[in-house]
Amino acid sequence: MIAIAIEKSLKVYQGKRVLKIEHEFAQGSITKIYGPSGAGKTTFLKVIAGLVNAEKGKIVVDGTTWLNTDTGINIAPQKRVPGFVFQDYALFPNMTVLEHLHYATTDTTWINSLLALGKLETLTDHKPIHLSGGQQQRLAILRALAIKPKLLLMDEPFSALDPDMKAELINELKVVFKEIGATVLIVSHNPVELEGLVNGELYISV
Amino acid sequence: MDLSPIWLTLKLAAITTLLLLLVGVPIAWWLSKGRSFFKTLIEAIITMPLVLPPSVLGFYLLLAFSPQHGLGKWLQDSFDVQFVFSFKGLVLASFIYSMPFMIGPIKSALQQLPASLTQASYTLGKSPWQTFKSVLLPNIKPSLLTAIVLTFAHTLGEFGVVLMIGGNIPNVTRVASIAVYDSVERMDYAAANNYSLILFAITFVMVISVFIFNKYQAKSPLE
Repeated sequence: MIAIAIEKSLKVYQGKRVLKIEHEFAQGSITKIYGPSGAGKTTFLKVIAGLVNAEKGKIVVDGTTWLNTDTGINIAPQKRVPGFVFQDYALFPNMTVLEHLHYATTDTTWINSLLALGKLETLTDHKPIHLSGGQQQRLAILRALAIKPKLLLMDEPFSALDPDMKAELINELKVVFKEIGATVLIVSHNPVELEGLVNGELYISV
Repeated sequence: MDLSPIWLTLKLAAITTLLLLLVGVPIAWWLSKGRSFFKTLIEAIITMPLVLPPSVLGFYLLLAFSPQHGLGKWLQDSFDVQFVFSFKGLVLASFIYSMPFMIGPIKSALQQLPASLTQASYTLGKSPWQTFKSVLLPNIKPSLLTAIVLTFAHTLGEFGVVLMIGGNIPNVTRVASIAVYDSVERMDYAAANNYSLILFAITFVMVISVFIFNKYQAKSPLE
């Protein structure tokens, strides 16, 4: 169970706005997060990951407090180790596909399964600049999965994939999420792409 | 022709560049992370040699490290170290004078990297140091090379600051730029020309090498 209650002030065109979210996510659930642009979806994921600080709030993951502004607890992202798929992929330009995965884990069997999952087996020595947008996005997903996270945060993770690749990958991811026992939060603008994958929704309004 | 000023200059430039690389990279990293008044102040101090006349900097260094009083006297009395009119003093002056050339390009390059690279590394459980070593530093290689070459080349050409703190002692503080000036003073234009040509050639080869190396990866050092 992941219990979140946070308040974070956002800078918006008209000044400031408070992003206030209170929600519970069941262990192993896959939740779609949606809402208008600028609502704070990415910020919400980053607050959970510990990459952005909330002014006020509490995050408890499987009984462990990650954040409690009342008691001053704020666990570093390195201790939270959430899987995170960034909207801009955040791939390391100096690393090849294989080096990305080796940077995240030393488990070579797992790396080989991930490469097969993302259909990147033949591109292991390619750097991001030599990958297509879809391949880069798949690598970003594989890198986040490499650490076998208990909480996976995905920010528009399928936006650059063609419909066939997306459908196939989503089907396979469903199995992987179950296998590693991850609770997954997926930000998506597409109303249909996550059908059959998610079992919950969270709307963030402006 | 006495080549000792050339060797001394190369030795000074190499030591200065190495020291600045060791100290400058962590400072540039620290400066690139966030802003505060204290950081702005430190950055302004580091940048001062860019705009300050070298003789002014040299004059203050001469005062500060003079063995007759203050810091210089304390260093002399406590550790038997004298910076004025010694090679050590040249290294210290060059270190301070060339600092912006090492720190500036590295800091700018680090600031231009997307914040998400660091964040992605953190979410993989990597420490700030691991992130710096494996992700940030390899991705600013062209700027790092530019900073190294600029620092080295700039130290080769120092005149005012090294003259003020080091004087013109053969084999100790008489670097190539001072040897040029000294030769002209003695009306020995042939020697001045030789020293100048060697300095010109070394600097040109270094700068052109950076342009070639960075051709496909980064901006030229002048951009």
